[in-house]
Amino acid sequence: MNIMRTIRVAFRALGRNKMRSFLTALGIIIGVGAVIASKRWEPTSFMSVREANPSEDAVMAEGPSRLSPTTMPKRYRKNVMLCSMCRPRYQEGSGRAQVVYQNKNWNTSVNGVGEHYVEIGNWKVEEGTFFDENMVRSGQKVAVLGSEVNQNLFEGADPIGQIIRIKKIPFRVIGVLESKGEAGGWFNRDDIILVPYTTAQRRLLGITHISSIDVSAVSGSRTEDAMSQIEDLLRIRHKIAPGAEDDFNVRNMSDIAESAAESRDALKILLGGIASVSLLVGGIGIMNIMLVSVTERIREIGIRMSVGAREKDILFQFLTEAIVLSLFGGLLGIGMGVVGSTLISKLAEWQTLVSLWSIIVAFLFSAMVGVFFGFYPARKASKLDPIEALRYE
Amino acid sequence: MNNNNLIRLENLKKVYKVGETQVNALRGVSYTIKEGDMVAIMGPSGSGKSTLMNIIGCLDKPTEGKYFLEEQEVSTLDKNKLARIRNRKIGFVFQTFNLLARTTALENTELPLIYSNTPAKSAKELAYKVLAEVGLKGRELHKTNQLSGGEQQRVAIARSLINNPSLVLADEPTGNLDSKTGKEIMEIFKKLNEEKKITIILVTHDPDVSAFARKIIYLKDGQIIREEHS
Repeated sequence: MNIMRTIRVAFRALGRNKMRSFLTALGIIIGVGAVIASKRWEPTSFMSVREANPSEDAVMAEGPSRLSPTTMPKRYRKNVMLCSMCRPRYQEGSGRAQVVYQNKNWNTSVNGVGEHYVEIGNWKVEEGTFFDENMVRSGQKVAVLGSEVNQNLFEGADPIGQIIRIKKIPFRVIGVLESKGEAGGWFNRDDIILVPYTTAQRRLLGITHISSIDVSAVSGSRTEDAMSQIEDLLRIRHKIAPGAEDDFNVRNMSDIAESAAESRDALKILLGGIASVSLLVGGIGIMNIMLVSVTERIREIGIRMSVGAREKDILFQFLTEAIVLSLFGGLLGIGMGVVGSTLISKLAEWQTLVSLWSIIVAFLFSAMVGVFFGFYPARKASKLDPIEALRYE
Repeated sequence: MNNNNLIRLENLKKVYKVGETQVNALRGVSYTIKEGDMVAIMGPSGSGKSTLMNIIGCLDKPTEGKYFLEEQEVSTLDKNKLARIRNRKIGFVFQTFNLLARTTALENTELPLIYSNTPAKSAKELAYKVLAEVGLKGRELHKTNQLSGGEQQRVAIARSLINNPSLVLADEPTGNLDSKTGKEIMEIFKKLNEEKKITIILVTHDPDVSAFARKIIYLKDGQIIREEHS
């Protein structure tokens, strides 16, 4: 019996029990859908990590709570300067605050940063200027607005030179940042106000420490050295006894990328688990229904054998049926996976990439499930004795 | 009629094991059937006629003895080769018709051809032709369940003829039909035998059926006890 005829016979046999065939394929549909969804998420998360952190040689030192008075900002910066392999990036201390301009209110994130923030963070000042070293040193009450804040407070009017109040303290607007768009769904990078970190500490937060400092090693290969220098320095500055634990964290960007990769891997393992369990269950479902189908059609098998069907003809007929069933499930699963993950990415505002490769893998995998789980029932059918099969009631 | 032997059986024995006990279904059957003959096998149930029929039809193999079909020994062939012989040389007609359910007369008739890799187009043409020969012109696209018993048996005969077989085996072909329809079916067999020189072997209880045959052999306890020429 040739392939096309076999496939046609398989389609007809499955078409006689449409509901049963669909329910049987459901396990495969879900399994393949999960495979597609997991494959589609992978490049997405990777890209957002890369985009948010363009420089891989960056080192981030965080000293959250117990910074001693000796780590005053100026000295701190000087100390980092002493560290020959590092150069300061920006200093940051931030918090949310109510911002008022005339009769308009806006709650936004106020970040205290250094004068290099713009270059290092890859920002552009659209209007006006950014604050300079002098303004930072003297702690002037100046502010640069993110485009969203500008939009909400000024609604198109020229903001430069206007006075806004952050926590009731007047600041002069000197610049507006160019819009960057939303980063990864969880925060809006345009909903931000930048002020000199010195001003933020004294006027807004009433603190003398800074919450984190970003530094960049002189070259990517010296990141590890720079990190250990920073650790040594901070231990001295924080007066931490030898053997005691650090009260700060020093991480580099590859660590951060790694932990992002870890959570991404966890997601992949979870989806992979769902996929393999439902493919397994789906495969068992196919095997089960094929066994039922063989039993129902013993008479048909006998008739086919009596007119000359060989063992392998019967074997291929039932195997083809199982494969058609699982490929049908696979195709629907691919459709469901693509639609589902597009929907999810729309809702979560993630970018997605179509991976042709994952579709091919899913397709082949569902064919394999059909072969694997369809073989036993098909073999059972082919081994029937024609005489008994013809007599079967 | 020519003198070529179509079937030669030499001391066929068949032993079944049912649990611990042995059942001797055939106890040494020797017989020769010439090409173009029409033979009826009669005998009470349990006489071994079904077993003999299955062996002649290449559905089963003898435990002992030799079976030559067209002077080729088939009793030693494996399952696949037997399937090939059934496909090329033998047509079956059963008491219960044994057609594929929910399938058209045409597709049922074509069935042997899909296992001999006949191109779809010529298979279809041939099926139309054979269905016309058994008097089913115009009924080709009716499904099995839309046909009467007599029509279903005609489809089965058409199916048995489509590979142009040397031998048609009919197992109680009229058993599920009323006597009038049964007679019509037997007329078809007779016509096939006389006009197309197809060798026909009938297995039956019914003397009215065996009356159509040229020879009748009586089987009892796995042995041929009598042969009659009508």
